[in-house]
Amino acid sequence: MRPSNLSGVGTFLAKQGILVAFALFMIGFTIANERFLDPDNIMGVIRSSAILGVMALGVTFVVISGNLDLSVGSMMSFATIVVLDLHDKIGPTLAIPSMYAMVLCLGALIGFLVGYLKLNSLIVTLGMLSAIHGLTLTYSGGKNMDIADKEGTWFSVFGQSDALGIPVPILIFALLASVLGLALAKTPFGRKVYAVGGNGTAATFSGIRRARVVFTCYLASAFCVGTAGLLQASRSLGSQNTVGQGLELEVLAAVILGGASLLGGSGTIFKTVIGVLILGFIQNGLLLVGLQFYAQYVVTWIIIILAVWLDIAAKRGKLWSPIA
Amino acid sequence: MEPGTLSTFLKRGAIWGFIVLELIFFSVAGEYLSLSDKAFMDLDNMLLLFKQSAPIGIIAIGMTIVMINGNIDLSVGATFALSAVVLLDSMTWPIFAGLGDGVIPIAWGLALMTGMLLGALNGLIVWKTGVDAFIVTLGAMLGYRGLVFMYNGEQPTSHLNWTLVDFAEAQFLGLHTATWFLIAVTAAVWFVMNRTVHGRNAYAIGDNRTAAINAGIRVGPHMMINFMIIGFLASLSAVVFYSESGSVNPNDGELYELWVITAVVLGGTKLTGGAGSVLSTLGGVLAIQLLRKGLGHIGADTETVNLVIGLILIAVLFLDRQLNLKGREELRI
Repeated sequence: MRPSNLSGVGTFLAKQGILVAFALFMIGFTIANERFLDPDNIMGVIRSSAILGVMALGVTFVVISGNLDLSVGSMMSFATIVVLDLHDKIGPTLAIPSMYAMVLCLGALIGFLVGYLKLNSLIVTLGMLSAIHGLTLTYSGGKNMDIADKEGTWFSVFGQSDALGIPVPILIFALLASVLGLALAKTPFGRKVYAVGGNGTAATFSGIRRARVVFTCYLASAFCVGTAGLLQASRSLGSQNTVGQGLELEVLAAVILGGASLLGGSGTIFKTVIGVLILGFIQNGLLLVGLQFYAQYVVTWIIIILAVWLDIAAKRGKLWSPIA
Repeated sequence: MEPGTLSTFLKRGAIWGFIVLELIFFSVAGEYLSLSDKAFMDLDNMLLLFKQSAPIGIIAIGMTIVMINGNIDLSVGATFALSAVVLLDSMTWPIFAGLGDGVIPIAWGLALMTGMLLGALNGLIVWKTGVDAFIVTLGAMLGYRGLVFMYNGEQPTSHLNWTLVDFAEAQFLGLHTATWFLIAVTAAVWFVMNRTVHGRNAYAIGDNRTAAINAGIRVGPHMMINFMIIGFLASLSAVVFYSESGSVNPNDGELYELWVITAVVLGGTKLTGGAGSVLSTLGGVLAIQLLRKGLGHIGADTETVNLVIGLILIAVLFLDRQLNLKGREELRI
């Protein structure tokens, strides 16, 4: 048995554990393979994490407000399919705002159900996961969606081009992370999100309109999902109906890894970005070390549980759970 | 223990009423819309419906007790796949080569053991670390799925044993083998939850964990046992299904956790724990399967099923909230 009371060092480790773990991973992978720290490699990792990352930004808002969003994966498929389909029908300039409008409508619906009707977010978004998947399949008739003229469209600019030597998906991810990070940390709205997630009743009695805050969080999530769909569509210029399937849980894993509590009231955009990057770099690092692709899932599993365990161990001051 | 008898009765009966409505609707609508001339409530069709309900149903029974206990298990789909891989692969191991059909019970045993061990691991982590089951099993969902892929890459694992296929396809008293397993599991778990100390304690823990601890109930072991049961049932589901199909893709069982939770919630089990019934879950499973089959029967696209089930789930949640104010409690995660 380890000593049950954590020392000062232990508390520091537990509180900043995710950053320490991140640093250790980076050092370990760098020693194991010198190509890991290559700028091209790092750019590649961040670029391929961008889509997951953009979705995680929105889910962070939802999780901090004390709710869950399991519908982001199928909503991302929907966004991708819609924007690809409309691209050929009404042109990219109109397709993009139309797609955003539709996705925001879905977000508003979820926000209404969870915020104003106060239904359980896990079940609502579980139902929406299924419903939006059905919507996507009905919309596309189950067929893959492809852009007819893949060479001649400027639509690929979001997913494939570089600006100032940096891939555009990274720029979009960084821009969105900065804006949302500022909104969460420095605006009255951000304070309200924390208040609602920390103690909904207290927030209500303090005059915060809880329902409106939750509603807005789901709108933010839907906007991020739309952006992720845009990036995905622009990158591949063609897509299956199931492109986002299963992403909802990976996104949630990244958010949890960043230290956001599912109880609500804690977490930051910065930490979520770290969580996303950890997932990306683990995947890349394990491949470079020579492990097979799927080993990353096992490692992710261990890291998620260790991260959350250390986090709550620090809060209760004991390593082991008091459950008899 | 049972406040609000009227609403409880409405909710208990609701799922069966819903099933009857579905049957009537699809029978009538089928007369006008169906492409086939066979009636919807054809006996063979219904027997097939039970059989097709079995894989999700067996897991859903396990999910019910885990949710009554106040936990959740998102890793069942991955456990299902890993057990199937163990089942089919172990039958080809050279050490069992001389056994003939004697390999079948060994392979079944190994597969069931796998599921129980994975469940025990989840339960132990929830117990000892105090990390919420949602997070533990979310991680395990990724981890166990990773193990499936590491086992055999992206290749399907295949092995057909004809004795086993005959067993899985057999019908006894008209019901298929899979249906019998579903019935047996439902009966056994119903007994455990309603007639044993463990079942009583599981309800008590889910209803009010602090009170249960104060009453001297050891919360940890009970939770771990329930995770072992759901792991066992996830692998039993795999064993029954893959004995017949004989080939498992590493992606199999993906999103099963979501279907299973949908069925359990349709059956009226509370996410907050402390309330729920195994029989209602069976109703939820049958309702979903009926919907799938019925929509196909009246010529609706299969994709409509997802849409309809999602909307029904939300509608049920709303009705449940209106009927029972206890539903306003927030999810404890």
